[in-house]
Amino acid sequence: MVKCLENEGVKLVFGYPGAAICPFYDSLYRSAVKHVLVREEQNAAHAASGYARMAGVPGVCVTTSGPGATNLITGIATAYMDSIPLIAVTGQVNQWLLGRDVFQEADITGACASFTKHSYLVKDAEDLPRVFKEAFHIASTGRPGPVLIDVPTDVQKQAVASFSYPQKVQIAGYKPRTQGHAMQIRRAAKAVAAAKRPLLCCGGGVVLAGAREELLAFSGKTGIPVVTTMMGLGMVPMDCPGYLGMIGMYGQENANRAMRDADLIILCGARVGDRAVSDPQQISETTKIIHIDIDPAEIGKNMDVDIPIVGDIRLVLHTLAEETDGSAPKPWVEKVKAEKAAYVPKGAPREGSGFVEPRSFLRALFGRMEPDAVLCADVGQSQIWAANNFRVKEGRFLTSGGLGTMGYALPAAIGAKLAAPNRQVVCVCGDGAFQMSSCELATLRQMGADVKIVLMRNDRLGMVREVQSRSYGGRYAATDLTGGPDFGKLAGAYGIPSEEAAGNADAERAAGRMLGQSGPFLLVCRVDPDEPTL
Amino acid sequence: MKNTLSVLVENQPGVLSKVAGLFSRRGFNIDSLAVGITENQKISRMTIVVDGDARVVEQVEKQLNKMIPVIKVKVLEPGTFLSSEHSLVKVACKIKQHAEIMNIAELMHASIVDVAPTSLTLEFTGDEDRTQTLLGLLKPYGIKEVVRAGALAMEKGSETTLKQSAKA
Repeated sequence: MVKCLENEGVKLVFGYPGAAICPFYDSLYRSAVKHVLVREEQNAAHAASGYARMAGVPGVCVTTSGPGATNLITGIATAYMDSIPLIAVTGQVNQWLLGRDVFQEADITGACASFTKHSYLVKDAEDLPRVFKEAFHIASTGRPGPVLIDVPTDVQKQAVASFSYPQKVQIAGYKPRTQGHAMQIRRAAKAVAAAKRPLLCCGGGVVLAGAREELLAFSGKTGIPVVTTMMGLGMVPMDCPGYLGMIGMYGQENANRAMRDADLIILCGARVGDRAVSDPQQISETTKIIHIDIDPAEIGKNMDVDIPIVGDIRLVLHTLAEETDGSAPKPWVEKVKAEKAAYVPKGAPREGSGFVEPRSFLRALFGRMEPDAVLCADVGQSQIWAANNFRVKEGRFLTSGGLGTMGYALPAAIGAKLAAPNRQVVCVCGDGAFQMSSCELATLRQMGADVKIVLMRNDRLGMVREVQSRSYGGRYAATDLTGGPDFGKLAGAYGIPSEEAAGNADAERAAGRMLGQSGPFLLVCRVDPDEPTL
Repeated sequence: MKNTLSVLVENQPGVLSKVAGLFSRRGFNIDSLAVGITENQKISRMTIVVDGDARVVEQVEKQLNKMIPVIKVKVLEPGTFLSSEHSLVKVACKIKQHAEIMNIAELMHASIVDVAPTSLTLEFTGDEDRTQTLLGLLKPYGIKEVVRAGALAMEKGSETTLKQSAKA
């Protein structure tokens, strides 16, 4: 198994050992493949996800059987919803004990069936090279996703006659199409030329396809304005003139208005989930839709489509740019640009209130960050504050957009930093989410990873509380997080320096000091519990 | 609307549960599912009858195609395929009614495979319409138990679902 990882060029795995995976760990101990010991298994998957997103190769996480494997499930599901390539390796009880409910046995391939792109229960070590080769291929091609490999202990111990790693994969039922259909692309080009109010809408698929250059080239040539979903954030430089902002329930009004007003929307790698477009059918009734996606099942799933193009967005956009003449009509472009210019970002410092106003502070923080910095945003109010004010020119925005998994940001940031050691990595989270994975401060410390954590502390589950305020008569059921620790002391206990701020000027000065030093750091911002998300 | 899909899958453990799980997970309704090995022992064929409109069937087809062990999915067009189902029907019957039931069996080309003092068991093969006709004819006597295998389907003519299936 370790040889398979070496053959795949894996340099780093994230995991947590246990009895059923000991044979693998024993081989890993003698290998050049490095191991990052997380403090809870779910975070192994999140860290591997952060790693995969920055390294552009599948992230690998390893746990033992039973609870080790079941703890991993949320992490696997998180990666599945965001189409992140992941290889999850789990130990399993000895084959002859399978199905007998012995100690630390769990049917993990069964439990993960709906969250994995594919899974294997390996019953003969001779199959391991083929299984690993297939798993890496499946995880990283087509629409990426997590692949689970469950290996009983006796299979891990089984001697293999001679090891040879296959060069090619042959899977009868798996041949993802990458080249878009030429006729559909021509139809799309005609529709673009005929459109009066065309708009590009980019989702996470553009990030996964590495299609940033092609997107900018296409948008640059045609002058078609661009909106992104949260998962597509960072694909268009924030200062790009045609960029209108993020759409969605918590997006910018001007971007959502452009979606409503457009007569042609080119969806690129976006599944138009309910948080991005609340009523896709209403839009598709009046608007022509071109949908480009590598996954045929996405097309027509949530929105009726006029021109479907199944393929790699990078290749399709390149061809589409070549086939398209003319540029987007001026009145439309000027209108959406004017609406964008009129958009005033929300939130302003309220000095003397005893609180940091998060939106204006985050704008200031992002302005100070390096132009290619990586931002890991957790889930909840802090995520929306970060997304709506993200201003890092060539930056990356990593978040759990699909599943909305609290606690994602810190382990993902550790993984991202290890994949891209030369890029600045900042993690923004609320105190609810942070407490779900704060045990990873130990991993951070152990790895000496230079990750800056900005913690928005309001002692509340802010976003749920806001819903309770709006829709449940202000009955704040179980959203009071009072009892949280002194986070500075907590960080200090791990040997991680920290500061706490109770006003924007304070927070900005502290952020300056934080970004100016190397090594992990925690900045705690006191935030008003009544601070709105938007 | 009933739709018949012919699905070729790799003959591996766990594939049936993966396919069945997909249907429940995505909220698709299976009317029947029949599975068996093909002329190539590495490949099994599932014949699935799904209830749903065109949109549902399109999603079923695409989601099935996404599954790695699924080799080929074909939505069969009405009129282009043969469909047949094997059923066993245990019908309540007094001795003096035997002749009537035997008459029905002969008329419908069903065979009587078990005789008991208060029941007869019929074995029948036919498409959905004929199966319903038989059940309708037997209903007045009192149907005690029905076991249906699920519809099997095959395209008419010399075409095959997967022309290169022998090589796969």
